[in-house]
Amino acid sequence: MKYCGICHTDIHVAKGDLGPCVFPCVPGHELAGVVAEVGSKVTKVKVGDKVGVGCMVDSCRDCENCKEGDEQYCLNGNVMTYNGQKKHKGIGGNPKTQTFGGYTKSYTVTEHFCIKLPDNLDLSKAGPLLCAGITMYEPLRVWGATKGKKMTIGIIGVGGLGTMGIKLAKALGHTVVAISRSADKEAMSKEKGADRFVVSTNAEQMAGETKKMDLILNTISANHDCNIYLPLLRKDGTLVQLGAAGQPHQISQIPLMFSRTSLAGSLIGGVKPTEEMIEFCSKHQIYPDVEMVDASGINKAWESLANNKDGVRYVIDIEKSLQNKDFLPAL
Amino acid sequence: DKVGVGCIIDSCLDCDYCKDGDEQYCAKGGNTHTYNSFKTYGHVGGNPETQNFGGYSGSNTVHEHFIVKIPESIPLEKAGPLMCAGITMYDPLRHWGATKEGSKMSIGIIGIGGLGTMGIKISKALGHKIYAISTSANKAEMAKEKGADEFVCSTDPASMAQHASSCDLIINTVSSAHEVSTYLGLLKTNGTIVQLGLVPEPHKLVQLPLIFGRKKVAGSVIGGIKPTEECLEFCAKHNILPDVQHVEANQIDWVWEQLLTTNKDGIRYVIDVEKSKANKSFVPA
Repeated sequence: MKYCGICHTDIHVAKGDLGPCVFPCVPGHELAGVVAEVGSKVTKVKVGDKVGVGCMVDSCRDCENCKEGDEQYCLNGNVMTYNGQKKHKGIGGNPKTQTFGGYTKSYTVTEHFCIKLPDNLDLSKAGPLLCAGITMYEPLRVWGATKGKKMTIGIIGVGGLGTMGIKLAKALGHTVVAISRSADKEAMSKEKGADRFVVSTNAEQMAGETKKMDLILNTISANHDCNIYLPLLRKDGTLVQLGAAGQPHQISQIPLMFSRTSLAGSLIGGVKPTEEMIEFCSKHQIYPDVEMVDASGINKAWESLANNKDGVRYVIDIEKSLQNKDFLPAL
Repeated sequence: DKVGVGCIIDSCLDCDYCKDGDEQYCAKGGNTHTYNSFKTYGHVGGNPETQNFGGYSGSNTVHEHFIVKIPESIPLEKAGPLMCAGITMYDPLRHWGATKEGSKMSIGIIGIGGLGTMGIKISKALGHKIYAISTSANKAEMAKEKGADEFVCSTDPASMAQHASSCDLIINTVSSAHEVSTYLGLLKTNGTIVQLGLVPEPHKLVQLPLIFGRKKVAGSVIGGIKPTEECLEFCAKHNILPDVQHVEANQIDWVWEQLLTTNKDGIRYVIDVEKSKANKSFVPA
């Protein structure tokens, strides 16, 4: 292991927001490192290769969804990189313990879920691509934005996920509209590549974007009123929910009916789409904006994520952390 | 010529949506409904200030674009409901891939009234596996007789569990307040549920099933003119007709009362206009 990105989900899991957290818990599902050893049958990677691991480390590999390359929707349950149960055959170690994640010095993963990273990819910034990157790339891929036809894409929420989405959508050649509750995110959004910026609480600005967007990616994970965004969709458009809020949305079907629009959800992406995304990011040198910390900075990073006003992704420098003997004496 | 007019009689005919053939979604300001609507776009004659008057009428004049020719083999006395119920079920099937050559899907139809039975017949003729879904177990027999392969009782947890993750596409005709989240479990990964009822009450839409299954909730209204023509051609070819009961003008009130309760036989009522005109005691002028 060289680096591990910190994701807001790490905090949700540790706090039990997404179901009980099984302790001890080692979070981290944005792993980036170098292959130190391979099993005798491994062909995908060799010692010395740059590799990453994202949010899943196993799935049944046999159901319809796994075979279609949607391992995240495995009908028998995918195995999460941490706090997951070893349901399928791909993971060694004690079969009864939960999986432990990337806030660690070394990691063993089954070949299929090991993502090979191109040599020209900056390892220190690669981790967040395996979570935030694929989370935003996948709906772009599924809803036609990687096919070449120019679209207008809205990104709601300009935090770590949102800024990743802005960069990807822009690199794909689309018109990008950043949407946020805070007017003070405008400069940053445009600097990341947004063509337009809309304050969601400004009724006049929102009215000006009516029927303008083909696709909207919604990264908000707190409770909110989704209805204000639906009018921004043009006919046949889709609003894709990426963050999970506790409270159900209050949605009337009539606005959906009168424009044939849809509300959908999406979860990370399968292994092949992840590899496609990595290749795209490596080709266009698209990276998250990273702030490096060592292990002693994790608590502070977690606190900062509650209000991520700069859209940064925090990444743990594993090697530096191991050298910090005051903080990690035993390692 | 045998012709029909459906739910829309005008649109701008100039915006992207109209040009796409989706006149019902006209971007300029919506379509002009056949009745109770105003003459926004200048293609409708008569007094420009009055609302449009619909088909409970002796005659009707319509702009050429919005008249649909009815194929010879479709009896005129059963054609009317195809212009509304027919296209309302046909268009989402078309839009979500069910009319594509070779497509084989599992399609759920919620609500087994006039719309629902039309949907079952069309989907069956398209070659798909049909799941009829209803709150009432007593609709099972009728649903299967109309062509449904499976029946799901949505108020029976065992029936719902048995059919979990079974449908690629669900078309929901329910026109009273309900919770769409109830049905999300019936969708396969990637599945879409299409809402058709004019239900203003909001749903409490839970998000996790959408996120954990890439599922979608959508809406649809009627269909454009070209899809309507395509629907009629399809119905003519496969001899798909609504189950119709003819009434005269003096029975309209009674029909409206029937439609407000549960339409347990999936009947579409049709006014026989000539017979109604002949009844001088009811329609003297």
